[in-house]
Amino acid sequence: MVTLTGDARTEQPGGPAVLDTARLGVRAVNERLRALLPGSAVTVASPAGRHNLAVGLDADVSVLIDGPAGYYAGGLSRNASITINGPAGWGAGENLMSGSVRVRGDASQSAAASAHGGLVVVDGHASLRAGISLKGATLAVAGDAGPFCGFMAQAGTILIGGDAGDALGDSLYEAVIYVAGTIRGLGADAQVEDLAETDVAAVRALVKRTGFDHIDPEKVTRVASARRLYHFDTQNHDAY
Amino acid sequence: MCGIVGLQLRGDHGPGLLGGLISSMLIEVRERGPDSAGVALYGDPALTPAGQAAVSVLAGEVPARGLAARLGEIPGIRVTAAADVRVITAGVAQEQLTAAVRAALPGAPLLGTGPGLAVLKGVGDPLGLIRSFRLAGRGGYQAVGHTRMATESAVTVAHSHPFSVRPGLCLVHNGSFANHDTIRRELRAAGIGFTTDNDSEVAAAFVGACLADGDDLDKALRRLCQSFDGFYTLLVTTPTEFAVVRDAIAAKPALIAEGGDWVAMASEYRALSVLPGIGAARVFEPAPEEVHVWSR
Repeated sequence: MVTLTGDARTEQPGGPAVLDTARLGVRAVNERLRALLPGSAVTVASPAGRHNLAVGLDADVSVLIDGPAGYYAGGLSRNASITINGPAGWGAGENLMSGSVRVRGDASQSAAASAHGGLVVVDGHASLRAGISLKGATLAVAGDAGPFCGFMAQAGTILIGGDAGDALGDSLYEAVIYVAGTIRGLGADAQVEDLAETDVAAVRALVKRTGFDHIDPEKVTRVASARRLYHFDTQNHDAY
Repeated sequence: MCGIVGLQLRGDHGPGLLGGLISSMLIEVRERGPDSAGVALYGDPALTPAGQAAVSVLAGEVPARGLAARLGEIPGIRVTAAADVRVITAGVAQEQLTAAVRAALPGAPLLGTGPGLAVLKGVGDPLGLIRSFRLAGRGGYQAVGHTRMATESAVTVAHSHPFSVRPGLCLVHNGSFANHDTIRRELRAAGIGFTTDNDSEVAAAFVGACLADGDDLDKALRRLCQSFDGFYTLLVTTPTEFAVVRDAIAAKPALIAEGGDWVAMASEYRALSVLPGIGAARVFEPAPEEVHVWSR
């Protein structure tokens, strides 16, 4: 059991601070991150692909994970701005509530899984199942997204700057997906829809926010649910 | 959950480099498989001298010295103990050495055969096994490691990975197969025997049968994708090849790193992070049912 000392609250706003994961271990790093005062900026050094870094943060703090992160980086957090200076493992920004998680590299499977709010940005490519079960957050991927992107996504927005893989938006609920490149295949109940003014405005705002200026907001493809899969149909009552 | 690591070195490298690196990699996936661990080492000059036949056999109760005597008159025979495994080498034909070991130790599971190949495996905490295998000091040019969290069959040394059912061929698996018993029956009908009821052993036997049919490793793994139903990330090696394949929905993790004169594969990035030059390596996830093969 790591004891949280008064020392952990000495990271003052604006003051430089480095937490060395190799020296402290993940648990102590996370306890010190959670004790930060709002406005603090901290670097997490030597992440070396360790899991669960910067999870469950609750304050308006800025955290730089300076290297490759393992699973669930920044997950469950709210208000914080978390940047991973390298690739991230499964579930980057999983269940994010608000704030942001930015991956300055590729993201492995299930980026932004079940994220409720906030913004997850992937500067590289995202692997399979990015945005799975998205619940209201925004996921922006500069490069390609692997198969099953947006699987069962309930609410929120996904922007893919490159190409989308197979089964895009399979079993979508009310999340909306925008793709700048090609779509290898749509999943069950996902359909391409006309791009409205509001879509272009939303993509334009997101491009501005992420800096993904290789995306032309007027030339993206909108994918949303055809809503045939999740409504019960009274004429099929007997089959139910 | 299970942990997989693998490394193929090319070009000149220090004699003990492989063992140290594969040990460090295996420690990083220790939590993924606390039940058992195993490694296959190719080309360790101390364990398996170049050009000699080699057999790894599970015979913990037999002292190394007594085993050499029991094997009888085989010129240049050597027995090395590593935990419960005995690695036996001799400058004779592979078939002759394999037959002699079978005769001397009837019923003892053969863990691996083939010139240059040593297969070490055991039950328990991978960290303790790495020590008892004295893995960090071992050499060679290619290694495969596995930590097991058993989900479908017993925790014994014979049930742990790697599975090696054909000279020089090794397979490690993270995942579970749904139709392995059906395929086992088909392979049995074709005359292929099994050591355990483990699902991964069926995949190893299937690949071995494909290679015996004349397939190359790439084709054998593509046939495996067609025949096997379930979840899998597989790392499959021969004395010259290092291959990775995943199931159709990539349910289990896999990362590949290509360095200047090495290629590595691991379940998680943290196992790759111990490799020198990883910062400059090309790291990527193999796509579903995409077969990757590297030859040296």
